[in-house]
This record gives sequence, structure tokens and C-alpha cells, in this order.
Amino acid sequence: MTQVIEKERERSVVVGKVGLTTNYAIAHAVKDVDVDVVAAYPITPQTTIIEKLAEYVANGELDAEFIPVESEHSALSAAVGASAAGARVFTATSAQGLELMHEILHIASGLRLPIVMAVPGRALSAPISIHGDYQDLMNVRDTGWVIYIASTAQEAYDTVIEAFRVAEDPRVLLPVIVSYDGFLMSHTTEPVEVYDTKAVREFTPRRHNTRPLLNPERPVTMGALATPDWYYEIKYQAINALRASRGVIDEVDSEFNRRFGRAYGAVEGFMLDDADYILVTYGGAATWNALEAAKEARGRGLRAGVLRIRLFRPFPSNDLVKRLADAKAVAVVDRAIAPGSPVEGPVFKDVYIALREAGVDKPIVSVIHGISQRTMYIRDFYELYYKLRDIASTGNVPRESLYMGLR
Amino acid sequence: MGMASGQIKIGIRTIWDIPKEEYFGPGQLTCAGCGPSLAVRHILKAAGPDVIVVNATGCIEVTSTQYPYTAWGVPYIHVAFENAAAVASGIEAAIKALNRKGIANAKAKVIALAGDGGTYDIGMQALSGMLERGHGVLYVLYDNEAYMNTGIQRSGGTPRFAWTTTSPVGSRIRGKVQSKKDIMSIVIAHHIPYAATASIAYPIDLMNKVRKALDALNEGPAFLHVFAPCPPGWRIDDSKTVEIARLAVETGVFPLFEWDHGKFRLNPPSNMHVDKSKRKPLINYLKPQGRFAHLKEEEIKAMEAEVDGYWDYLTRLLKAFG
Amino acid sequence: MSELKSWTQIPIGGYITEPQNSVKNKTGSWRTQRPVIDQDACTRCRICWLYCPEPAILELNKPYVTKSGRKYNLTFEINYDYCKGCGICANECPVKAIKMVPEVVQQ
Repeated sequence: MTQVIEKERERSVVVGKVGLTTNYAIAHAVKDVDVDVVAAYPITPQTTIIEKLAEYVANGELDAEFIPVESEHSALSAAVGASAAGARVFTATSAQGLELMHEILHIASGLRLPIVMAVPGRALSAPISIHGDYQDLMNVRDTGWVIYIASTAQEAYDTVIEAFRVAEDPRVLLPVIVSYDGFLMSHTTEPVEVYDTKAVREFTPRRHNTRPLLNPERPVTMGALATPDWYYEIKYQAINALRASRGVIDEVDSEFNRRFGRAYGAVEGFMLDDADYILVTYGGAATWNALEAAKEARGRGLRAGVLRIRLFRPFPSNDLVKRLADAKAVAVVDRAIAPGSPVEGPVFKDVYIALREAGVDKPIVSVIHGISQRTMYIRDFYELYYKLRDIASTGNVPRESLYMGLR
Repeated sequence: MGMASGQIKIGIRTIWDIPKEEYFGPGQLTCAGCGPSLAVRHILKAAGPDVIVVNATGCIEVTSTQYPYTAWGVPYIHVAFENAAAVASGIEAAIKALNRKGIANAKAKVIALAGDGGTYDIGMQALSGMLERGHGVLYVLYDNEAYMNTGIQRSGGTPRFAWTTTSPVGSRIRGKVQSKKDIMSIVIAHHIPYAATASIAYPIDLMNKVRKALDALNEGPAFLHVFAPCPPGWRIDDSKTVEIARLAVETGVFPLFEWDHGKFRLNPPSNMHVDKSKRKPLINYLKPQGRFAHLKEEEIKAMEAEVDGYWDYLTRLLKAFG
Repeated sequence: MSELKSWTQIPIGGYITEPQNSVKNKTGSWRTQRPVIDQDACTRCRICWLYCPEPAILELNKPYVTKSGRKYNLTFEINYDYCKGCGICANECPVKAIKMVPEVVQQ
């Protein structure tokens, strides 16, 4: 939830309000935290991030090694090497690039390396599509990374700064993905307040040499072969670190609020206090269009609300349960598909489990929309609210995902 | 940088110049008589302690780091099979950036170490990328001519006619159909400062090449192709590893040469081998190896023609760039 | 065999922080034949030491006088804790001073 605490906020930290696409906002944040190594490969809709970073490096605005690798697999591999050697590292990709990295995603978290990566979500081939959805992100949700999904350029900027703090915290030491809508956000210009570089750097202090690094002074072996006697324990350590990262994530968010006057929380609710019908969303377009629909529905007397998931991994089950507990019916809007699953919305499954685990039994519907950027009209969500009302009154809960916007 | 560790400039002239320090093993789980294990021992002796090793998945990786034990006395990272060159690129870039920004004072040189599978095949793209971008990394290919770790499958580095479990000797197809990829030419085509072949049978030559290569890293990448027989994979006796490696050089199958700043140079004893009569008969190399036991006379002839052909090529290189 | 520690007791990331602790793997137990150096025949040429892949040949500053009265300051000995018995040393020894002897299982 955006909480601008004006009183505590030092206005001086904001050096300007500029028009930035989310991709440029990401690049700006990466420059502000002073990364040492950027390893990246072009792919739509991510490319303008690394173009901008290459420009910063070429202009001397960012003192970093820019490695223009020959593939995304090498992008993350180089990031792993650089991080293991102690550098602060950033990379970015989308879709096929994220798929090509997949192997190394598991290794980056397994080796506990605090890499930060931006992922503007995009549909996966085939058929090839450069347009946005979150199929790429959903395919990597089980790789052990902390995953945020931002909804505005400002939030993306802020989240990258938070991400480095979280990733490098000795209690976490895990890589972090900051995702957001491909094109609908990555290429859309929004006003963004950018902060004083010094303040950002104070917020993200260097912790060089506080974790084991590749350094001849203290030779360490990384990436050892674990037999079945050891694999489980080493893996569980990383699993536990991801689970425990939630405390640090909240702590960093609060501190960010004190320093920069913004906090987002793990979930963000809109008009939830008395909401009977709630759409659960993630990303920008789905959230903001659902919110417009909710306003319209409320204008006609339907108590509609929106709950946006911002922190996707570790999954904020308790926050969701708390906010959804009093609703009469809930729909989870997924911009990705889990083909062949009992219900085919990937995030729906997480929400469903969270509610059932907490003993909350209410109609919950899986909705698929916005695939390959199929337009998610406000009226679609408006109708969805009324559908939820019908479902709640009839008790006729669909047992399969509703594919909206499909011809 | 090159002078930082002091010893690097001093060449190894005799066996007594070889440092006593050991940075690899013992206690690694390589097979008895392992050629690659010997190669790593020699390479690290020459390199000294100020290195970071990036190891591709493979024999050396699985046998040297079985948790909770490591055979490595230098910083070591294994990430995956195909990306040693990319990981090494990242480490090299990190050291550069951290030094430049005053965050660290690191003098370590980066050595990427991969087998033939991790180089000729799955690691080729990352290797080419690293060479093209000019990272100051020494990439060492230890070539045991097949995927030995997974149980002797053919790779792009397996020689023609060799038996492997995926190039079996059948009634229709007899061993590997294709020839060994000319990795050195591929590497040299990237116009890097230094590339050389070396053999575990010629450790002094190998160690001096390691030092030359490390010295060249200020200018760009270096590459070493190290011939390292595998007793179980080649179906030779454990005691014959070095002997077979020596025969590979003596018969002209694996010539020792350097690509040193645009100059091509054959090293002893291969510098004598342009004259075919100075090479030992190929059969001396083939006969002790079970992987070639099925070879008929015409196949041996074909193999010989291939060796001769490669020597013609090297001779032309020598004329052009010697 | 190392103690099987819990996930709370081991370094993060599966890192091994003790260099060359593989010395705890006594690979000598794999051996079916052992090299035996004839110290009188050995010329201290260092070739066995050079070609040992483990390394399992020790170069010791230990004086030795051969039966024929030749004095050496160096002695090469096999480290049977690690020697896997490959026989490269015996094969490479230029004076054939190393013999491979079958390991005998005590009855």
C-alpha cells in the first residue's frame, strides 16, 4: 500500500520528477545503486533497459563493466561469476531469454548470490509473440528467487533499490527478480520521482566481503557436487532463506518508507474494507483496469475491490487471507496459463491454497486474461464483478478457468 | 599485474624448476592414472595461488568437489556445463570493476577449465563469446576425447574411428564417423594474443605455456588445449596415460604448437615433425588403445591420411605465420 | 566419512571453506597393486613425482646412502594413503626402480 508519510519524508531526497518508461526507471535505479557489473543480452521488451545502461556506462554516469554477452544463458552465467567474485550485479531479460537462463536461475539461488534481474513479462513462443503477459515469470516461480511484480514505473524504480538491499542482506543472500508488464509498462512513460544518488547509495550500503567470495586470500570452493547425503540439507537452507526473507523484505520496505516516503507492502488493496467481490491481480494493466471497473461497479452499488499481489515469492499467504477473508467471492486474474492443471491459473492455485489452508472457504474463480497482451477491457472486469455476484448468490462456482477475451 | 606474483616471468628450464607447492589434491576421486588430474596439478603448479578457477561440469568437477571435501587449494567455482567461459568473463569483469572503483584490491587471474565436451560441443558458444569480447581469461581445454564422466560418449573432440558408447563398433558403422573438430583453428580465428597446444607428457612445455598464457591476459584471452588421456575411456592400462600422451605427440597425432601474438610456432619435439619420417608410425599410438582395437588396415590408412593432412595444414600455417 | 550435519550447521550455498580438505579421502584404499621404490636403484630424477596424478609421491629431504655408497639428500617415497596404484610412476621411471606389487589381502 502506498503510504506517503509526508511528515517523516525528507523532501530533499527527491531530486526530480521525470518521465520514464518502466524500463528506463529500472535502468535509473540500477545506476543509482551503483552496480559494478551488468551482463545482458537484448530481447524485447527488455532491451531498452540495457541500451540505457550501456549508455550510462559509455557516458561515465555509471562506473561498471558492461558485458554484452552472446546469450541470456551467458548473461546470467556471467552475473553468477561476477557476483561470486564480490561485484554488485544486474541483468535483465524476458520470455525466451528467461527460458534460456532457466538452468542458471536455480544455480544462482542455490549458490546464494544476490543478483538483481528485471523481467518485463512476455508471452512465450510458439507461436512467437513479443507481447506482454506473465507466462515467462510463472515458469520460473520455483527457482528459489525472491520475486516482486511492480505495477508502476515509480514502483519498479523503488523496488530495484529495495531489491539490492534485500538480496544482499546477510539473512537473505538470494537473487531477486523485479517483474512488470511487458510493453504496457516497459514502454509506457510515467512520471517518476527519482532520488538523490547519495541517499540511494546510503540506503544500499556495500557489504563487500561479508559473504564468502572467490578470493585467493581465502580460497573457497563454490558449486560443489552434493551427494544425496548432503543435497537435501544444502537445498533446504536456500528454501528456508527464501521463506525467511519475508521479514527482511518488510523491514526494508518500512525503512524505504522512512527514507523515501513510499512503501508498497507485499499486497496492495484498493477499496477492500467493505468489499464483497474482489479481483486479485498482479502487474500494472490488470490492476489498474480492474480498479477502474471496481469504481464503476461501486458507482452502481456493487461493493467491488481489488487486491494486487506485489510480492510473488515468498508468497504472502497471510496478507491475502486477511484481505480476502470477508469477501463473498473472489476472482484471481492470471496473465499466464498452467496448461493441464486442474484449474489453469497459476497464481489462482497459490491464492486458492492460501485461503483453504487458512480454513477460508468461499467461491474463488480462476480467470485467464491478457495473454500475449490481449486487451483487458475495463468492461471485462466490470462484468466479472457481476459474475462474482451471481456465483456468490447461486453457489455455482466454475470448476475450470474462465478464458476472458478469447474469440 | 603479470609481475604481481613474481614467479610468473621466470621460465621453467628443468624438472627441478618445477614448484613443489601443490594446489590440487590429493584425495580427489579421479580414476587411477587420470590424465586430466595430472594436467590440473601441473597447470596450478605453474599458475601459483593467485588464480580463480572456473570449472565446467565434467570429470574433474565431479571428482574434485564431492561435498564436503574439495581438492582445490585455490578459489574455485563450478556453475554448469556450457558456461565456464561466461562465468569466467563475469569474474574477470568483476575484478576489473572492483579494482577500478577501489572496492577491492584483487590481483587474481581467472582460469576457465573445461573438458572436450564442455568446449568443443556445449561450451563452444560461451567460449567464442568470451574470446570475441576479449576477456583476460585463460581458458584451458583438457581433452580426453569423449564424455568420460557420463560413461564414454563421443564428443566433437573424439577422433574419427574411435569407439565410444555412442559411436559403437557395429556391423554397419564402425566407431565415430566424423573427424575431430579443429578447435585450435576456431580459437585462433578469434585473433586472441595467445593459444597453444600442450600435453601432460611434456609438463615443462605445458607449465611454460601456462605462464606465457597468464602473462598475455593483460592483452586479452589465452587458450590452452591440453591433451590428457583417459585410461578407462581409451581402454588403456592405467599406467600408460603418460606414455600414450607422449606417443600422440611423437606420432604427430597431437602436435605441440603455439599461436603467439600472430606468430605460429611448432614446439619440440613437434618442430621436427613437418618431416613425416621423423614421426613415429601411427600404429604405435593406436595399437595400445582398446578404443582403436577394431581398426582395419584401410581405416588406419585413412587415419594416417588425416594426420598427414593436418600436418600439411600446419606446414602452410608455419609458412604463412612462422 | 564426514559427520552428517544438519542444514543449520553447514556454510551457505554448499560452499566448502576448507581448501584441499580432500586429503581426508584416503584414496589409497582403492589400490590393487602398490608401487615399491628401490631406493638403491633410484637416481632421484623426480620423474615419478612429476607424473603422479594424485600427487602421491613425496619428495623428502631425507638423506640416503645406497649400497654402492652413493649419497643422496633427497628421498622419494610413495604416500600409500593416496596412491591409487595406477603404475604411471613405474612405467615412466627411466631406470625401472619402481616395481608394482600386488596388494595382498591378509588372511
